[in-house]
Amino acid sequence: MPAVAETIETVSAVTEGGYKWGFETDIETELAPKGLSDETIRLISAHKEEPEWLLAWRLKAFAAWQNMTEPHWARVHHPPIDYQDIHYYAAPKKKAPKSLAEVDPELLRTYEKLGIPLSERAALAGVEGGQVAVDAVFDSVSVATTFRETLAKAGVIFCPISEAVREHPELVRRYLGSVVPAGDNFFAALNSAVFTDGSFVFIPKGVRCPMELSTYFRINARSTGQFERTLIIAEDGAYVSYLEGCTAPMRDENQLHAAVVELVALDEAEIKYSTVQNWYPGDAEGRGGIYNFVTKRGACRGRRSKISWTQVETGSAITWKYPSCILQGEGSHGAFYSVAVTNNHQQADTGTKMIHIGANTSSTIVSKGISAGRSNNTYRGLVRIMPKAANARNFTQCDSLLIGDKCGAHTVPYIESRNPTARVEHEATTSKIADDQLFYCRSRGLSEEDSVNLIVNGFCREVFKELPMEFAVEAQKLLAVSLEGSVG
Amino acid sequence: MSVAMSTALQEAAEGFAARYQRLAPRLPGPAGARRRAAAIFRARGLPDTHDEAFRFTSLRPLAGVTFAGPALADGPAVTDEVMRALLARAPATEGPRLVFANGRLQADWSRLPETFRVASFSAEPVFGGEEIAEDEPLVALNTMLAEDGAVISVPEGVDGGTLVLLSLGAGEAGRAADFHPRHRLELGAGARLALVEIALGEGVYLHNPVMEIGLGAGASLSHLRLQNESARAFHLARLHVTLAERALYDGYSLVCGARLARSEIHADIAGEGARLAVNVAQLLDGERHADITAVVRHMAPGCSSRQAVKNVITGHAQGVFQGKIAVARAAQKTDGYQMNQALLLSDEAQVNSKPELEIFADDVKCSHGATVGALDPEQLFYLRSRGVPEREARAMLVRAFLAEMLDGVPHEWGRAVLENAVDAWWRDRPL
Repeated sequence: MPAVAETIETVSAVTEGGYKWGFETDIETELAPKGLSDETIRLISAHKEEPEWLLAWRLKAFAAWQNMTEPHWARVHHPPIDYQDIHYYAAPKKKAPKSLAEVDPELLRTYEKLGIPLSERAALAGVEGGQVAVDAVFDSVSVATTFRETLAKAGVIFCPISEAVREHPELVRRYLGSVVPAGDNFFAALNSAVFTDGSFVFIPKGVRCPMELSTYFRINARSTGQFERTLIIAEDGAYVSYLEGCTAPMRDENQLHAAVVELVALDEAEIKYSTVQNWYPGDAEGRGGIYNFVTKRGACRGRRSKISWTQVETGSAITWKYPSCILQGEGSHGAFYSVAVTNNHQQADTGTKMIHIGANTSSTIVSKGISAGRSNNTYRGLVRIMPKAANARNFTQCDSLLIGDKCGAHTVPYIESRNPTARVEHEATTSKIADDQLFYCRSRGLSEEDSVNLIVNGFCREVFKELPMEFAVEAQKLLAVSLEGSVG
Repeated sequence: MSVAMSTALQEAAEGFAARYQRLAPRLPGPAGARRRAAAIFRARGLPDTHDEAFRFTSLRPLAGVTFAGPALADGPAVTDEVMRALLARAPATEGPRLVFANGRLQADWSRLPETFRVASFSAEPVFGGEEIAEDEPLVALNTMLAEDGAVISVPEGVDGGTLVLLSLGAGEAGRAADFHPRHRLELGAGARLALVEIALGEGVYLHNPVMEIGLGAGASLSHLRLQNESARAFHLARLHVTLAERALYDGYSLVCGARLARSEIHADIAGEGARLAVNVAQLLDGERHADITAVVRHMAPGCSSRQAVKNVITGHAQGVFQGKIAVARAAQKTDGYQMNQALLLSDEAQVNSKPELEIFADDVKCSHGATVGALDPEQLFYLRSRGVPEREARAMLVRAFLAEMLDGVPHEWGRAVLENAVDAWWRDRPL
């Protein structure tokens, strides 16, 4: 096939062309000394002027972490991580600014390069009411938060979690660690001990958040692991859609990221959490790249509450991530929509857990894995029906697409049912792009590349349609860049 | 809690290891293989639920039992009286059959085939090559203590007809029997055989067989299995099949016995164009726990495999299915299929399943599906509204659920054996 030569060229152009977002911002950062100890944690806590209870909570998590071992059950391989060789705290030197005018211009330019609409007027063109509030996280400290006033009017709290600790301690204290306990797993415990910042969202009873909330994460300073902590609470009848997007500058050294995201949905509340993850995946030889070990979990505590996780994972050298739903409230619903793309030497082990506790709970899982190059892509998911979950319902679909003969696609679902009235269905397929589909497109005059894009986009459509519009556009572009030309 | 469990399992494991120590000089076959197995078994012990492969199946019930083995006793494995009682429960057959009692071949009760050769493992003790996972603790346990087994070989081009392999077990609480037969079956190029394996018994015993099957080019094996062990017995079976090019393995199993059962099927599809089918139905009630673990490795191009596992679970029983299709780089054009369905008929019934795909080749078609649920109330209503009593309506629907497995059995006598077992199971249960 003549397309092969063309393809190889395009692939090398794309992969060797390098990571589009791999620039580095030169801002002086304040680093804590390398290493992890009670002192580091006290230092982080003191820097952030935290109350005593939070320091105690961190220290407890650290004590738990010290007795834990790094999990190795996932299908990812990496050199051992030296947890003592990492800076656990890095902050831009200046104090957090009060307004945009005070923001370091260098930082603003960085965001501009990433295309973040930080300015309040930069509502996305052509989208009616399409305002997006951004809580930008630059390394570990939230630098600026926009749209504060609009949100405040609606009674929505959207701020850095460190600020929430000061301003709304009762809320933070009540919910922090209530979904992902401090000692939940190795990486969550580490995060609990050293988290530096993240977002806090509180939607009061009956409020529909007037805009989509968004956080862009960046990992910037050399050897700075990022330990984000996000907490979102939707009270009775509240609704919020939250977007998380990531890019990181190019590095040779591997960087550790261990975030924790907790969602709480009370009666009839709904939380939509969408992620586009595009961290540096390492180069074509598998050098560098982000190690991403994330714990994301949502608790549907209230009746008929809903939580949905939508993710498009194209970046990171290693992805270890299982956004989960605890379906406790009667009639609550959990959803997981995922597109995971791996290329070159990337390794992704991602999936979800749906724990059905309450009666009439339902969940939907749609996972699309695309492997190319020498990568490995694993879906790992659990559906557990507890004895009281009468009439629970789950539908799971996992599809994998293989592009090239050096990659791997794996599916590891766990299904546990302890209630006879529950119905669980699971289907999975693995295939390559069908020749007849390609032929169909080509015979209608589409180029090979366009055909592949069209087919891959069709393969992922069920997930993309769950994304907010602006994100769906970004996701499609990312997918095209990640895979362009990798089919022959 | 988990520490206590490990300790109890460890004690059971030490009992087996000590027995090996005592018997070692008298056990048949290569002592080196036994020593290696013993070292592995001592290091690994009996697996507990921290072991990913045993995540859903705890061997803890083994820990409370004192096993005495037949341990190379000079006398008969079981008395004539017990033998007759057990044989009476086996389906009648006129053809060749091999009868094992507590793991030892009973020549007096067996009828040897005429067209191919059968020997006993005690006379021809050979262990399989590296493809048998000796590092698996239960295989190591078997290798360490195997005393007997069937060594069957059907020469090239021969149609061996039907061979029945009957495994009878008997033991008492407090002095439970344990036996670890090592069976080996080779089919030469183009050879054919229908092997009907039936395991049944009375009382408390552990049946831990390892069967190695090698299928030559174009060979064809129909393998029917009925596992109907005593409700207090333990059945931990491992089957290892290797297929050469164009070989066919067509397996049908019905599992309705044992207190704790685990049937592992490991298949290496090593030759181009080979085909494999593993069909299993498990009928479980009371406190039973039964586990089907099937690992199919596609190593050659253009092969197909099919796993279909059906669980019918009632009482407090637990059903487990762990299935894996692994496709190596070389195995292009693989067609892999895996289906796992479970019917839960009582509030306390439980099913755990893990249908896994591991794929390293791009031009393949692999899919799996799993469903769990109760009997469809609409279907029940349909039958009831036409005057079918509740119990019969339920039986009818369960029978329909199993039809896919039973109706496909290509061997008439074998199909009747399996169908009778299903009917008997149903008759005995007040559902």
